[in-house]
Amino acid sequence: MRQSNTYIIIFSLVLTAVLGGLLSGASQILGPTQKKAQDLDTKKQILGAIPAEKEKIASMSAEEILTRYAEVIQSEVADYQGNLVSTNEKGEPMVAENVNIEKNYKKPAEERVYPVFKYVNGGEKAYVIPVFGAGLWDAIWGFVALEEDTQTIKGVTFAHKGETPGLGARITTDEIQARYQGKSIFEDGQLVSVIMVKGERTSPDKLGPSKVDGMAGATLTANGVNSMLSNYFGYYQSYFDKHVKVPADAMTMNNQ
Amino acid sequence: MSTETLERPIVKKEAIFSKRRKKFVTDPLSDDNPITVQVLGICSALAVTTQMKPTMVMAISVTLVLMFSNLIISLMRNAIPSRVRIIVQLAVVATLVTLVNEVLKAYAFDMYKELSVFIGLIITNCIVMGRLEAFALANKPYDSVLDGLGSGLGYSWIILTVAFFREIWGSGKVFGYPVFEAMGIENFAANGLMVSPVGAFMVLGFIIWIQRTKTGYVEH
Repeated sequence: MRQSNTYIIIFSLVLTAVLGGLLSGASQILGPTQKKAQDLDTKKQILGAIPAEKEKIASMSAEEILTRYAEVIQSEVADYQGNLVSTNEKGEPMVAENVNIEKNYKKPAEERVYPVFKYVNGGEKAYVIPVFGAGLWDAIWGFVALEEDTQTIKGVTFAHKGETPGLGARITTDEIQARYQGKSIFEDGQLVSVIMVKGERTSPDKLGPSKVDGMAGATLTANGVNSMLSNYFGYYQSYFDKHVKVPADAMTMNNQ
Repeated sequence: MSTETLERPIVKKEAIFSKRRKKFVTDPLSDDNPITVQVLGICSALAVTTQMKPTMVMAISVTLVLMFSNLIISLMRNAIPSRVRIIVQLAVVATLVTLVNEVLKAYAFDMYKELSVFIGLIITNCIVMGRLEAFALANKPYDSVLDGLGSGLGYSWIILTVAFFREIWGSGKVFGYPVFEAMGIENFAANGLMVSPVGAFMVLGFIIWIQRTKTGYVEH
């Protein structure tokens, strides 16, 4: 009886239905919690790109982080030419936090929308932009905070889908991310982005203002980070040109 | 397959931790260790062991998946048609692993981000399927849970040991805590070899060497 074809087919069908039901049930029940966790994670990452805020939110509860976010972040969305976009393709108001960077990444650069998160805390200003690219195994993404002059990195935060733990996955650690702080993405008025070098423990004087120390054993992930940063710094230049008043001293640097 | 346990006359009231049952838990720790003796689950022992924290989560996840899949398969053992048993085992393991992944995503989002790829790979961890095939299909639920726990712990202590040596040599840290800096040794030179999978092979090799010197186990 246990070996008959009918039994096997019925057994398989029942098993599939039970396991399938279990999984879809779990996904239904956990879905809202997951969505909240994801939303909180996005906002944490945006705030986390700014080092001072990162320290602050480390000891905050979820509610406090969301309140803090609403206090200091104003967001808007621009297109490739740098013009502001107020509605999405469905005609609904555009919400920068809901822009799916991954979906956008699959479109040609000219058709994407580019959210900008403006950080205003008293007199302190910064621009946080999302970045997205390919690591060694899967997608990598993050947020980069640029100082008011849009030429100096205030801080970064990176995340990844499938980089190797202990190797490429180290891009999510504070240790790696701190290396980007204060680096300049412009050199002699040219956009040069920031390059993570091959190999670790390179002496600081060899690195200069636009290079950061690498990760041992994760050069391919570092390459992914490098091209991701240089791509997105490029995409956002038209927005910065149109909407950010460039301070006078930086202007002369650009004209050199 | 160990069918002998089935034929054994059923003792009316066996103690919860009788000698026989204790062996299910203690055997895989050393004499019948899944990694060092049976040489199963090597892939994840190499991949996740560069740092102790992800290794810990991996160890807990694998142990839980092992215990629950052993329990479920053992409960169903008299209903599973032997011709499709592998598929059935796979479906049960995959379901459990997906559940672990979903729960992590909802309640431990940071861990989920770091480990989701390896959690998914528990499905292909030979230890899980190996225990289902060799034990759970022929034994009672409670015994199977103990067997799963034993194998899980056997797997865990090995990968945690490997991770300890790899993290301390490769990055000078234990659980992310900079040990050498705390001791005042500022210029500790990290060994890049330990961070690459080669380092795991070497540490694992030493563990197997020491273990076999002690137990006298010889490969036939």
